[in-house]
Amino acid sequence: MQRWMFRFARRDTRGNRGRLALFVSSMVLGVAALVSINSFGDNLRTAIDAEAQTLLGADMSLESSKPFSDNVESIVDSLGGIQSRRTSFSSMAYFPRTASSRLVTVRGNEAGYPFYGAIETDPPEAAEQYLSGDGALVDGTLMQQYGVVVGDSVKIGRSMYRVEGRLLQTPRESAAIMLFSPRIYLPLARVDTTLLAMGSRADYEVYFRFEDERDVEATAEPLRESLQEERVGIDTVEEERENWDEALTNLYRFLGLVGFTALLLGSLGVASSISVYVRQRVQTIAVLRCYGASTWSTVGVYLMQALGMGLFGALAGSVVGVSIQTLIPIILGDFLPVDVSFNISWPAVFMGSGIGLGVTILFALLPLLSLRNVSPLAALRSGVDTTALEKGWMWWATAAVVGLGTTGFAMIQAPTPLMGLSYAGGILVVFLLLAATAKGVMWLLVRRPPIRTSYTIKQGIANLHRPNNQTLMMVLALGLGTFLVTTMLISEQTLLGQITVAGAEERPNLIFFDIQPDQVDELIATVEQTGLPVMEDVPIVTMRIQSVKGLSVDEMRADSTVRTSWAHRREYRSTYRDRLTDSETLLEGEFVGAHSGSGPIPVSVEVGVASELEVMIGDQIVFDIQGIPVETEVASLREVDWRRMQTNFFVVFPDGTLDNAPATHVVMTRADSEEASALVQGAVIRSQPNVSSIDISLVLSVFDAIFSRIGFVARFMALFSISTGLIVLAGAVLISRFQRIEESVLLKTLGASRKTVLRIMSVEYLVLGLVSSATGVLLSVIAGWCIARFVFATELILAPGAILTIMGVVIGLTLIIGHFNSRGVYDRSALEVLRSET
Amino acid sequence: MNDVLRVSDLTKTYQSGSRSLTVLHDVSFQLEAGDTCAIVGPSGSGKTTLLGLCAGLDSPSGGSVTLCDRNLGPLSEDDRARVRNMHVGFVFQSFRLIPTLTAIENVMVPAELQGRLDVKHEAEALLKDVGLEDRFDHFPSQLSGGEQQRVALARAFINRPAILFADEPTGNLDSETGEHVVDILFRLNRDAGTTLVLVTHDLELANKTNRVIRLKGGEVVSDSNPREMASASMNGGD
Repeated sequence: MQRWMFRFARRDTRGNRGRLALFVSSMVLGVAALVSINSFGDNLRTAIDAEAQTLLGADMSLESSKPFSDNVESIVDSLGGIQSRRTSFSSMAYFPRTASSRLVTVRGNEAGYPFYGAIETDPPEAAEQYLSGDGALVDGTLMQQYGVVVGDSVKIGRSMYRVEGRLLQTPRESAAIMLFSPRIYLPLARVDTTLLAMGSRADYEVYFRFEDERDVEATAEPLRESLQEERVGIDTVEEERENWDEALTNLYRFLGLVGFTALLLGSLGVASSISVYVRQRVQTIAVLRCYGASTWSTVGVYLMQALGMGLFGALAGSVVGVSIQTLIPIILGDFLPVDVSFNISWPAVFMGSGIGLGVTILFALLPLLSLRNVSPLAALRSGVDTTALEKGWMWWATAAVVGLGTTGFAMIQAPTPLMGLSYAGGILVVFLLLAATAKGVMWLLVRRPPIRTSYTIKQGIANLHRPNNQTLMMVLALGLGTFLVTTMLISEQTLLGQITVAGAEERPNLIFFDIQPDQVDELIATVEQTGLPVMEDVPIVTMRIQSVKGLSVDEMRADSTVRTSWAHRREYRSTYRDRLTDSETLLEGEFVGAHSGSGPIPVSVEVGVASELEVMIGDQIVFDIQGIPVETEVASLREVDWRRMQTNFFVVFPDGTLDNAPATHVVMTRADSEEASALVQGAVIRSQPNVSSIDISLVLSVFDAIFSRIGFVARFMALFSISTGLIVLAGAVLISRFQRIEESVLLKTLGASRKTVLRIMSVEYLVLGLVSSATGVLLSVIAGWCIARFVFATELILAPGAILTIMGVVIGLTLIIGHFNSRGVYDRSALEVLRSET
Repeated sequence: MNDVLRVSDLTKTYQSGSRSLTVLHDVSFQLEAGDTCAIVGPSGSGKTTLLGLCAGLDSPSGGSVTLCDRNLGPLSEDDRARVRNMHVGFVFQSFRLIPTLTAIENVMVPAELQGRLDVKHEAEALLKDVGLEDRFDHFPSQLSGGEQQRVALARAFINRPAILFADEPTGNLDSETGEHVVDILFRLNRDAGTTLVLVTHDLELANKTNRVIRLKGGEVVSDSNPREMASASMNGGD
């Protein structure tokens, strides 16, 4: 029987192979996405393993945000090996030739580092040259932006350096990180030490290379505890490898999940196509049943065809996936720490194609189960439709396997199982809502058909709910595509919109920071001399938490029963003042603006951090300010609007209580033009080179650049789903082509002109495009609101123009694909169609 | 002689909501090997329903059908399919050839379903027998109606069935082609000694069988031998 089934399944595809190939091509891109992403992931892991040492550039490193203590220095000495030090900090870089300035990350390096890998520069010899004099290496993108060329000068602090070369690639730094804060490399010995004054943020590192082939992990392990007490981090090649591995695995797994969406959509397309395809096979099946074919052998015939389609799809998907894989390093290049070479990962190919095959068969099985209901009587009476799906236990069991398999795979593929579960749930909800919309529209059109309108509109709309219509599948395919694109657009707009709003109105848009107390008056005078207002002058004192409610942080961390978090470990930058600002709302207690001096200082704590610290009104917190314990009591809880681009604080002390603590100041102003902003920044950097500044417009452009890169990756992945949606759409149109031909021929016979037939089809595709895109947009607005509210904690911002454009494009594509696949329908001869049996 | 088909008190009732519609009522008859029988009657009289029940394509509401000594009543759908595969051939009004198979492949289907995969020569012989020796590899859409029905006849006989059910075999053909097809049908039937059950509106065709069962409103109104009647009338009888 199996041989017969195989033989018949092969013969029965004659004349339909092109159609079957189109059905299955809807899952090709999904498989391709999985194969390419997972294959790339495997290559990435191999590259990271192979280049682990160049990721760190050394065998081991120690890092601290303050200069190493004597104790740490003695540990460094005891470790031996070849050592190279580096100090990093933020500072303004001023380029005199172009009179431009920019906040950058300065790295003061000693010779030697990186011990593994290399600093890539243009010209290449600059990587060594800059260390021998007053040389500097400047981030290539920054040089391009500011028109700086090799040989120009750059002033950092009070020192001037010659730009020896463009910095292209360095260990531990990806292009995306450079975008946030461009790098300038200087010789450590030539760094202006006044820039490292008290209160300035700096990172102190020492890198080791051990030539005695010691076990670096075993060397590092016993040091961890004592170094942690000194707040010194220790990093090894293995740790660096694991960190990158974890971060990048999460990235490509997430991308794989996006690819899985395309596969799901494609599989639904396969299920829908097979559903119609087998309905067109009822007579054949009935004849087979008359001649003695068993129920399962007829299901088996078409299951074999589905298997063949799945194999073809998996193979084609794998070939496309492997080809696409070569593009991914180009797309993700900015986010990668290493060069990834191209190799075919056979496990990824087998997994991607296996999943594609499995999903195709499972989704195909749902409509194929209805074949069990085909009665041999249908061969005698052509009106007998026995394929109406009776959802018996077998259907539900298959549906359950599909659901569980999909969820299970999403949970494996996602960075965390919970994320996978949420993803599967989210996709299910979107699918259900789109399906409900399609069904709802059909229900409404059946019950309330448009009566007082032209024949073409009535006919076109009626096509949406007639038997064998493809409305459901088209709404799913188009709706999901619209949903994905619009959700991304709304998220992007919401984030960018918030920053734009923050920089608008009469708010400060230029911030000077790292100002020493004795520089404040001079800086204010400089700003005012350029005609700009000083809108705020805020003192900032750096501190850490020593104890909470009488229990020291060290004791809490040693006790596994007590929860500690980032809030216990972080460095706090607090201020003191006598009032709340307009970005703060008092939630509980009383804001104390002045303090008499006796007892713990009443402080106001931001509600989020209070929750992390598990403190309430009246609880005591002891802060460590430069080694001096300062007792405080929580007097009030505030809510802070962090979206405001201004100085916001977790902890606010009463005015005057920290006057004697070492502080730095932040001064804010507003410059209404780029020229005014450049003028005041240039004036400040010349008079007070240690002071840094941030221009909000620059922040906006950086965010814009970052979004455009992330957006590009997201759009690339969404392309799989959108293309799949279009293929499913083309398949759905093609499936109903024969029916359309019959209808058109009948209409033609009854006297309808070509124009009338085209108009009817246009109305149908127009309504389909409109319903699908409107539903997709509506769902994306809801999803966008959820993302804005729960992920970004901000308000939803919509760009109606862009959304309407997306809707217009979707409707246009629907019309184009619909008409393209229906071309020639009117030209078919009536006799040819009416005599045809297929 | 053993009965090939025995129908006893056959009743078929369809339920539609609270209403029930009886389309066949207490029909009984037997056919022996080599018998030819026509079931005639006006539209809606229950002819096709009776044919479907006799061939085991549907289950009766009452009574029983015994086909080649197998009572179809207690059998499952798949068991009935096995009985059909071993003993039954079909000819349909609209031919019902499988559009994706060539003529010869269509003929081979019933044998292949029996597990006999090497039947090409048998199929070729049958197609030659029905005058289609130059149409082996043609698809149904490339054949005329008469040719399609001849392929269907070859298909019906490939398993050497004990009984052949033909539903309006000339219904979709012009009279000349229909006559030709009927000649072949009766010749093949005679040669193979097959029992023939024919559903038709065509009384001329019905008169070629040795028994005519007339249905009206789901009931048998007459059961006669046309040849005997003809010879009786020729001899002056009623």
